[in-house]
Amino acid sequence: MPVMTMVEAINDALRVEMRRDPRVVLLGEDVGVKGGVFGCSAGLWKEFGGDRVMDTPLSESGIVGAAIGMALYGLVPVAEIQFSDFIYPAFDQIVSEAAKMRYRSGGEYTVPMTIRTPIGGGIRGGHYHSQSPEAYFAHTPGLKVVVPSTPSDAKGLLLASIRDPDPVLFMEPKLVYRTLKEEVPEGEHVVEIGKARVVRSGKDVTLIAWGGMVGMCEKAAAKCAEEGIDCEIIDVRTIVPLDEATILESVKKTGRAVIVYEAPKTGGFGGEISAILAEKAIEWLEAPILRVTGFDTPFPYTLESVYLPEPGRIREAVLKVVRF
Amino acid sequence: MSLELISVMGDAGVPANTPAPSLAPEQLLEIYRVMVLTRLLDDRAMKLQRQGRIGFYVPALGQEASHIGTAAALTADDWVFPSYRDPGIALLRGVGVVELLHQCYGNSTDHTLGRQMPVHYSFKKIRLVSISSPIGTQIAQAAGAAMAMKIRKEPHVAITYFGDGSTSSNDFHAGLNFAGVFAAPCIFVCENNGWAISVPLEGQTASATMAAKAEAYGMPGVRVDGNDVLAVYAATHEAVERARVGHGPTLIETITFRMGGHSSSDDASRYRDPKVCEIWAKRDPIDRFKAWLEGKKLLKVAQEQAIRDRCEQELKEAIDAAEKVGPPAVSTMFDDVYATRTTQQDEQWAELKDALKRGVVAKGHHGEFPL
Repeated sequence: MPVMTMVEAINDALRVEMRRDPRVVLLGEDVGVKGGVFGCSAGLWKEFGGDRVMDTPLSESGIVGAAIGMALYGLVPVAEIQFSDFIYPAFDQIVSEAAKMRYRSGGEYTVPMTIRTPIGGGIRGGHYHSQSPEAYFAHTPGLKVVVPSTPSDAKGLLLASIRDPDPVLFMEPKLVYRTLKEEVPEGEHVVEIGKARVVRSGKDVTLIAWGGMVGMCEKAAAKCAEEGIDCEIIDVRTIVPLDEATILESVKKTGRAVIVYEAPKTGGFGGEISAILAEKAIEWLEAPILRVTGFDTPFPYTLESVYLPEPGRIREAVLKVVRF
Repeated sequence: MSLELISVMGDAGVPANTPAPSLAPEQLLEIYRVMVLTRLLDDRAMKLQRQGRIGFYVPALGQEASHIGTAAALTADDWVFPSYRDPGIALLRGVGVVELLHQCYGNSTDHTLGRQMPVHYSFKKIRLVSISSPIGTQIAQAAGAAMAMKIRKEPHVAITYFGDGSTSSNDFHAGLNFAGVFAAPCIFVCENNGWAISVPLEGQTASATMAAKAEAYGMPGVRVDGNDVLAVYAATHEAVERARVGHGPTLIETITFRMGGHSSSDDASRYRDPKVCEIWAKRDPIDRFKAWLEGKKLLKVAQEQAIRDRCEQELKEAIDAAEKVGPPAVSTMFDDVYATRTTQQDEQWAELKDALKRGVVAKGHHGEFPL
């Protein structure tokens, strides 16, 4: 099996699907000739031509609005929003239009569109190149929200997203883009949307994370293991639809949960997971549910490494719930 | 770029400058019939709203020529992305008035299952895309559909409708810009009716015309007498012909007037001098088309009355039919959100169903809901 970064795995997924399905088109800023600012669509413009890999004007609502029109007409568009920090001009098209089209038309019109967008910190990007806005979108019925944490999952989940009959917001953690290399299956490799992944089995505490924070949890778990604490790690993988069963099963086993996410603490999606655990697993809990998160501030530039949850803070939270 | 008002019939102060399009008498009479039916539907629906029989309505009064005349220049294969003030397009493309009324009643026969306010229609069988309330969003979507037509090398066009207020939305800019850059076969119809709820045209733009905005997007912009159905048809026909042979998009500004309020929830007399309406009443699009047809001996008095009688009858039967149908089953609330329900939705529906069975949930204004 070839070894790939997440960027290479995404590129591979796009190529595989464009070769398989002539309806698939890419559009976005700089996705064509340049191949994307991160290189995710490198080489595709050359292979598939300008009709299928479109460099668009600099307009997020135009990119998503046009992609919706293409999807309605029968194409399978994969739109790129260069940074999720710039997605807000398209918020109306995503939330009011794409997510509601099937419902409001009684199932007549559907929008099988994928919006790829990089999220999170890790590249010294300040608050306009680092945010994690998944919670805004998780609050929108009709939209699926997928966040891979490994190259292999990125490929498998992207193929599943492009083939999904509903609009999918596919959020790519920049922290992982080039830092993690692993074997990725060649050709066909689909990872089902809606299934969390048990990254590490353990019996003492469940760490729940997605995207770039999964790797942080692994580092924290390694430290905790040296201290005799056995962490289980759940990679949520798809925020919507959420695989509650896997999370509940783990927390019922360990009796303790620490949820880790990059976004500001207040209103983050970890709060939703915490509420689910409180509703459905309270009898199994041995300690309060804790969250290790970014802070209720804009994402800082110089102090990025302080803002991001890191193994030290995660370990502290683990110790706290274990000793509760 | 010419900003001369395209006119076929002529009007006070507006000289006729364009020959009548070559339409067969039966086509002309069909356009006339749909204009009349749209007017009568408008009148009845506003009354139904006032009587509390439907919840809401958006009148198209005075804009019948603007949206029906443009749509008449399309073929059945073309795609329509309308606004909420264009009900005649569905009627012209063969949808029965009863289907519109089922939607306005939000009943279980409405194929969109009462999920949207009245007049937010969706009819895939006539390639009319689901209408939404946010302003201007359909403009960028129409551009995308037109780009897809070009990519697939299919000779269709996408047409989209919006008001003067929409020209301030970011999707107006995005849609026209994308269509211009990609030379997409898209027709943008700005129905300039002078008002965006309470804000008059001069509060919306400092541009002398809406059509002038086309120049900045690299496409032709034309202004047409929006109450002259033949002029509207002629302008659209030309734009469609250009688009079909790969010459890209056009912006058409139809100069018309919103004779009613913004919606049934609006009282225009609070912000608009009613004298303006008197001036526009003299330019009524149906009266003018009727006079033109009579002048050409294409419509006799008895024939006109027969058309009205038929429309009235059709409307009466449609209202009776729509009123008889109950609300959609509550379970349908969870359908069509996704292709398949999520486990969360299954769980929520199970809880709700149980609560309904136990009588915990209050009855709605429709009374008892079927499960």
